[in-house]
Amino acid sequence: MSSALHSDSLHFDLVALSPLILLAATAIVVMLAAAFYRHPRPVMMLTLAGLVLSIASLFLPPGSASPQITALLILDHYALFFIGLIVVATFVVAVLCYRYFGGDESRHEALYILLLLAALGGGVLVASSHFASFLLGLELLSISLFALIAYPRFTEHPLEAGIKYLILAGFSSGLLLFGMALVYAQLGTMQFVKIGIMLAAPDGALELYGLAGLALIVTGVGFKLALVPFHMWTPDVYEGAPAPITAFIATVSKGAMLALLLRYFLMAGAHQSQSITLALSLIAVATILVGNLLALLQDNIKRILAYSSIAQLGYLLVGFLAFDRLAIEAVAYFLTAYFVTMLGAFGVVTVLSDGFKDGSGGEFHGAAERDSDRLADYAGLFWHRPWLAGVFTAMLLSLAGIPLTMGFIGKFYILTAGVEASLWIPVIALVVGSIIALFYYLRIITVMYASGLEATSEAIMLRVASPSFAESATLAALALLLIWLGIFPAQLIGVLEGAGVDLT
Amino acid sequence: MILAALIFILVAGGLLSWMADRWHPGAAKWLALATVGIEFVLTIWLWLQSASAMALPAHGGWLAETRAEWIPRFGVSFHLAMDGISLILVVLTAFLGIVSVACSWTEIQKRAGFFYFNLLWTVAGAIGVFLALDLFLFFFFWELMLVPMYFLIGIWGHENRQYASIKFFIFAQGSGMFMLVAILALVFLHYRSTGVLTFDYFELLNTTMSPSTELWIMLGFFIAFAVKTPIVPFHIWLPDAHTEAPTAGSVILAGVLLKTGAYGLLRFIVPLFPEAAAHFAPVAMVLGATGVLYGAFLAFAQTDFKRLVAYTSVSHLGFAVLGIFAWNPWSVGGAVMQMIAHGISTGALFVIAGILQERTHTRDMRRFEGLWSVMPRLAAMGLFFAIAALGLPGMGNFVGEFLVLMGLSSTSSVLAAVATVVFVASVVYALALVQKTFHGENTHGWQLPDLSGREMATLYSMAAITLWLGLYPQPVLNAAPNTANSPPAIAVASHEINVE
Repeated sequence: MSSALHSDSLHFDLVALSPLILLAATAIVVMLAAAFYRHPRPVMMLTLAGLVLSIASLFLPPGSASPQITALLILDHYALFFIGLIVVATFVVAVLCYRYFGGDESRHEALYILLLLAALGGGVLVASSHFASFLLGLELLSISLFALIAYPRFTEHPLEAGIKYLILAGFSSGLLLFGMALVYAQLGTMQFVKIGIMLAAPDGALELYGLAGLALIVTGVGFKLALVPFHMWTPDVYEGAPAPITAFIATVSKGAMLALLLRYFLMAGAHQSQSITLALSLIAVATILVGNLLALLQDNIKRILAYSSIAQLGYLLVGFLAFDRLAIEAVAYFLTAYFVTMLGAFGVVTVLSDGFKDGSGGEFHGAAERDSDRLADYAGLFWHRPWLAGVFTAMLLSLAGIPLTMGFIGKFYILTAGVEASLWIPVIALVVGSIIALFYYLRIITVMYASGLEATSEAIMLRVASPSFAESATLAALALLLIWLGIFPAQLIGVLEGAGVDLT
Repeated sequence: MILAALIFILVAGGLLSWMADRWHPGAAKWLALATVGIEFVLTIWLWLQSASAMALPAHGGWLAETRAEWIPRFGVSFHLAMDGISLILVVLTAFLGIVSVACSWTEIQKRAGFFYFNLLWTVAGAIGVFLALDLFLFFFFWELMLVPMYFLIGIWGHENRQYASIKFFIFAQGSGMFMLVAILALVFLHYRSTGVLTFDYFELLNTTMSPSTELWIMLGFFIAFAVKTPIVPFHIWLPDAHTEAPTAGSVILAGVLLKTGAYGLLRFIVPLFPEAAAHFAPVAMVLGATGVLYGAFLAFAQTDFKRLVAYTSVSHLGFAVLGIFAWNPWSVGGAVMQMIAHGISTGALFVIAGILQERTHTRDMRRFEGLWSVMPRLAAMGLFFAIAALGLPGMGNFVGEFLVLMGLSSTSSVLAAVATVVFVASVVYALALVQKTFHGENTHGWQLPDLSGREMATLYSMAAITLWLGLYPQPVLNAAPNTANSPPAIAVASHEINVE
């Protein structure tokens, strides 16, 4: 009798875990397939199929009442929503990688295994409710990312970026781990919920140990999220990494960390600590202003987008600081908009770049030593590639928060959360930051629509690769999604309301 | 339904013209003309429908309404409604839409499809602004019309277009962000006191708030409207944008976009924040009077035809600001009249500037001189609209300015006296414009064709409207005072100064 019950609950747990299990299983299947039949096309197809299966399994009816699966993982609506977001983003990145890394003539199968593992790490992060699973997910994500960034391993820039990321990720993991240890030293537990219960008790407050631990955790996460003053690595890594991998770092890696941080703050009651929220609001203001101001000085599209993504994370923190149901929804909506926008923007950069090819000797060499990422590469783009320029314009306007795009609704959501919680200083910083940001977004748009540069643009037309059908379809889908959810956000908001319930 | 149709016809027409240009070059302008033509017929039909209702003194205000749920999470609905003031502004917008298509007919040769797409979408955004009665929807349209206008200036503009377009966009969008924060603050104040989360204009009308909060929120709205109207010192984007824009862009900017700012003052600032507006009115009126004089003096100093006209806009809209903040039936009626008359007369001056630019490739008045003998019809029209701009009795601008001054004199006779000085200054700049451009010897040896049939039709119809507004202003005035008297009656009650 009891064993039947036990196997039943095990069965339910496996069903609940199926999105993550399917990701892991796909990684193994892809690895085996690549070992026996080394052709990128079937490997990529298998990867995409696994990702689709994983998304489908998100909709399986939850078997048990409690979403808590062991002490480590919790697969509530919040986690499922973010896993879905991560898996879809991984799908898009996988599609973008194929032609970029040489298509069928190049041996880049390992890339897909790494992508799947990184996605698994992101999935574990957003579902974790325990320091152990937090660290497991983080390391899985980071280690896959080193390899992904430096994947064209005979080219200078990606290698440099990979090493920078390796050092910083190691450093931040160390801080994080020490922070966890300090919190454990005070409270004796590593479960978020238990930490929250202890702190909610009448005499429960973080002492010096715990507070220092929390500060170290925020610092470690701050490195991953590229918040000011922990942002130094971002522009270099974004510029050096291959464009589709940059898209992955900007979206999956940051999104998963932020979702986890929000869960930690709400479940473990960290937001009740005044000094930590004060520090976070200072970080938010600094991130918005520094990110936007430094972006003004750049001439490289990938660097501009890097600083822009720093500023966007600052905007997110403004909503984050409200710490209520509206904040969860705002963060989730903004993050979704940010995912779509960043994937679209880096997607355009990918499509315009030649990418890297794997020669017969296993040696990678690009037709160009770099991606098409200089501002001059985009001169007059609208007049010879109107659709591509249109998609890029839509993405930039979304980042600037102009109506008809998701970015507008996202920024509106964030402002709503901020105003509702009377966070006036971060809100004003957000407004000022958005005004500064217009300069550099408009600068790119103006270059794309400039005419009278026929001579230079012809040279570019020759240089620029032509996108495959899959890439064009992906970019078109992203742009349509951006506009559709910018005009009719009600459905997505409905889903997010469900996700927000679990945490508060 | 008809209100939503007013917007969607333009949106669809814009997309169609863009597509059509790819299949059949040259089709875009015909499609655009058909779209604005249908729009104009619809708005005139609406006016005729409601003219009898508006003539009634006790008429309650709202002529048509559409409401549909949009984002229930925030209490945002797709709520459009039209009263007298919206109606005449929509009619003006539709008419200037036709004018702007007509004046681009030969001017725009490259990428015509995308041009008309942007033009129609700007007009659609402006009509949305005039009709929206949900604050979220209002803000949505408010921002939406900026992007196509940015492209109009940035792609088809003159020499310094990139600087002008970016400056325009940053000023307009940046000030809009402050308004968005103010809207949210207002909505949450209302939510805290009533428990209802809504962006609906009518529900937010009677929000209770402390005087200092009210002032701060009002300032958030005010900065957005002050940039658009423009009110000195927020006008610095305007001369660049108006000068560098293509003719149609200048017409729409001066005729329609500036009106959205004045409309915002009229529709939102005073009714939503009656107390704060009353406290703030002296400051706003001083700024308005400053604008009236400052714009006129700077206009006189210009050598660029379009820049001169641009500065006259600052001056004319100053009257609208004065009229709105004096807030009595005469001055508000005068402000509305001024908005309409300015839209037509300044639009016509920009059309004339566009015609000159297309033929001579310059706007520098020092290079014109003596054009009367070369293009008598154009010169006559130039004289006509210059005189209209200086406020000669019998033309629309005079009615507006006169009513504003009459209303203002009961509130602040000092400011009224100061503003009256402009009647001297405006004569100076208007006649200087005519003299420099048209009079004298044709020393530069210009040989130019006079107005074509299309150009004549455009300018003559605008002249006829200016005369009609000057001689029989009652239809416009019937529509206008409703705003000052009816729905936001609270505003009048708390703020009214010795009417009757």
